Amino acid sequence: MKKTTKKFSFNGFGQLTIPLIAIALLVVFNLIRDPGFFSIGISHNSNGNAVLSGNLISIINGASELAILAMGMTLVTAACGGQDISVGAAAAIAGSVFVKVLKASSSISGVTVILAFLCACVVAMIFGSFNGTLVAVFRIQPMIATLILYTCGRSIAYWINGGATPTVTSSIVNAIGSFIPGIPVPTPVIIVVVMGILFWLLFHFTSLRLFTQSVGINGSAARLNGIDARFIKLLSFIILGVCVAVSGCIGVSRLGLINHETLLLDVEMDTILAVAIGGNNLGGGKFKLSGSVIGAYVIQMLTITLYAMKVSSTDVKAYKAIVIILLVVIGSPVIKEKFSRFLARLSDKRRKVSVKGAEE
Amino acid sequence: MQEEYLLTMRRIDKRFPGVLALNGVDFTLRDGEIHALMGENGAGKSTLIKVLTGVYQMDGGEIRLEGKPMVIHSPQDAQKKGISTVYQEITLCPNLTVAENIFIGRGKGVWVRQKSLEKRADEILSKLGIPARSTQLLGSCSLAVQQMVAIARAVDMNCKVLILDEPTSSLDDKEVNRLFDLMRDLKSRGVGIIFVTHFLDQVYAVSDRITVLRNGELVGEYLTEELPQIQLVSKMIGKELEELSSLSETEEKKTEEKEILYEAEGLSSTEALPFDFAIRRGEVNGFTGLLGSGRSESVRAIFGADKVTGGTVRINGKPVKISKPVDAMKHGIGYLAEDRKRDGIIAELSVRENIILALQVMNGMFKPISRSESEAFADEYIKVLNIKTASRETPVGSLSGGNQQKVILARWLLTHPDYLILDEPTRGIDVGTKLEIQKLVLKLAEEGVSVTFISSEVEEMLRTCSRLIVMRDRHVVGELTGQDLNQTQVMKTIAGGEA
Repeated sequence: MKKTTKKFSFNGFGQLTIPLIAIALLVVFNLIRDPGFFSIGISHNSNGNAVLSGNLISIINGASELAILAMGMTLVTAACGGQDISVGAAAAIAGSVFVKVLKASSSISGVTVILAFLCACVVAMIFGSFNGTLVAVFRIQPMIATLILYTCGRSIAYWINGGATPTVTSSIVNAIGSFIPGIPVPTPVIIVVVMGILFWLLFHFTSLRLFTQSVGINGSAARLNGIDARFIKLLSFIILGVCVAVSGCIGVSRLGLINHETLLLDVEMDTILAVAIGGNNLGGGKFKLSGSVIGAYVIQMLTITLYAMKVSSTDVKAYKAIVIILLVVIGSPVIKEKFSRFLARLSDKRRKVSVKGAEE
Repeated sequence: MQEEYLLTMRRIDKRFPGVLALNGVDFTLRDGEIHALMGENGAGKSTLIKVLTGVYQMDGGEIRLEGKPMVIHSPQDAQKKGISTVYQEITLCPNLTVAENIFIGRGKGVWVRQKSLEKRADEILSKLGIPARSTQLLGSCSLAVQQMVAIARAVDMNCKVLILDEPTSSLDDKEVNRLFDLMRDLKSRGVGIIFVTHFLDQVYAVSDRITVLRNGELVGEYLTEELPQIQLVSKMIGKELEELSSLSETEEKKTEEKEILYEAEGLSSTEALPFDFAIRRGEVNGFTGLLGSGRSESVRAIFGADKVTGGTVRINGKPVKISKPVDAMKHGIGYLAEDRKRDGIIAELSVRENIILALQVMNGMFKPISRSESEAFADEYIKVLNIKTASRETPVGSLSGGNQQKVILARWLLTHPDYLILDEPTRGIDVGTKLEIQKLVLKLAEEGVSVTFISSEVEEMLRTCSRLIVMRDRHVVGELTGQDLNQTQVMKTIAGGEA
């Protein structure tokens, strides 16, 4: 008991408090509005599989691409102190490559899908290193550096498939976008979990976290301690490239076609927002991937809630903005400091009371 | 009642999570006096100053300026009420011009008359004898000049109370004297000056009164002329001075010559002119010279901190190539940088993470030090070096300067270097910690580690080094050993009076 209060007052409050409170409020709000909102049912999809369904499932499922991109974006943010705004465009390129390779083969087997995914990965990593080189070697601010790919990315995606929006009909691709027969959990959700585990392994078996944070907080000191800051920054963009490829391929698989104009449109801003809601400093430094992932779910839950309330799709963005202003202001350093001062005063009073009690 | 004070602070309390930084501290400042505020690191000097300037809000106590009680809400508020500060670390904007730095945040209107500001800035600069132009970027000035610009800014704000927090730590003697002249000038105009410094000589050169703090509590207020230097030190560190004297008795240095560990011939970097240098195993030597003489640049070249442009380097007689810091580290060289805040600490990371950083880099990315192992390392060095921190997970940025320096020392000790370069390890830290660091250097040398020690305090170097390399205008101008290791000879060589 004593230990927990000490830790609590020391941190003011933890990085995850705001996103968790946001989730809790959304859940409570929805439960009051519609007690059955989060009920999970089992239904049968067109292939006759028994699958989980319900609002909660569609929230978690729908946020998959965003969650994966947010993980990569967190790393770039931490290392470079800036954000990549080309992730949506780069995902369109990766998706186009994915489809291009699939279309090139006569029949689509598991091996072709893996091959296509790997090709998409390589291309996305190349574009990631392009961004990374501009940022790490030429020291261009990330947002400006990635503005280039943001501007031209969807045109490149357009060229890859000769301007068409080809469709892919394959049970394997369909399974990636929806359900694997026999497994009731949506495949994108499983992919998010796998990506999360991969990142956990990456941080557990390398010292990437320490190095990234050092570079992000104090690049000069990091360099004098032998850390290759350029490599760390470049690496963060390459890792984000992998995340881009994965979400691009999920996006394509959901629809069974590549539309270079609409695939993951405007996702970059939501991604940055997810990182921010997760309590990560957009100026770089310390980070928590879990925060960004929760941030992604907050955004998606908010969107679904608004749709469920029959808010028209044109109005949704305005309502979203209101909630986000609240979250960002509550999470701001000013409010945080006020709150921890309030807590300190509270615990002071309690201490005085207990001292008095002891004297009696 | 009582005599009229310019500033009185009564029973000031300030609490931080887990630490009582100030406990009922009193402080008084009279018109036209220079009042030295003394104490070890963590004694509460900086906290008291920050309470007075509105950076922190006090948890208890009372501040009166010219008899009127007042509450200071923010640094801007403090400035408005006539309390100006020049901080230990430069807090101006390096990417603005000198003129902009002097006037920033003080204009009333939106429109700024660039030309007239620059003209006024030039007047102020020439009045104070500061070698800078108003139009040049602050970042292009030397640290010393940046500091003086910060002082010029404070002086120009017609303050009643001027706080100088370690203003002299990056100034050379000439600049210090110029500053003292300025301080005396301000004093005669009735400004009260609070002077925080670690240089005892400077306290006695310029101050009228001394207030000593220790562990967040007031030890006492004394007239400078009535408090001998030796007593001041004992009041600050709170123990008898046997240690002080015992250390200076270790004068006799080992004469036995061991084999050469590191040897450079014609080593040069983008910042350093070619120079020759060698160090033996277990030897402590030092680079000395005035600020800007090239002493830091030379050791940076040894470590590969700046781009190395030429020269040959041999370690244990074998030629090696050191072109970046990680090369030097792999060859057993550690480097504690001059600017702790910019090049040393990773402020937001914990003490533990800061300690293991260099070792982790040497182990490589794919061999992370496990949590339990790193905790053991951190605990060990927190104990060995007596680092004062709430816990090993405390962000290093919240530690006092001396303890931050110890954390960086721990970082390098953990790599078990053969050769350790310490550039100004004792700058801006208290007497007690200075002694600890000097002792540590001697102990390391006994264990066979070679150390290159740089300090702006010649006395400190004479105490620790067996050989001094003297630099002037970016050239090595002399090497002193044995009999020549004394203050006069060093000064002579620095000034060019040898031959």
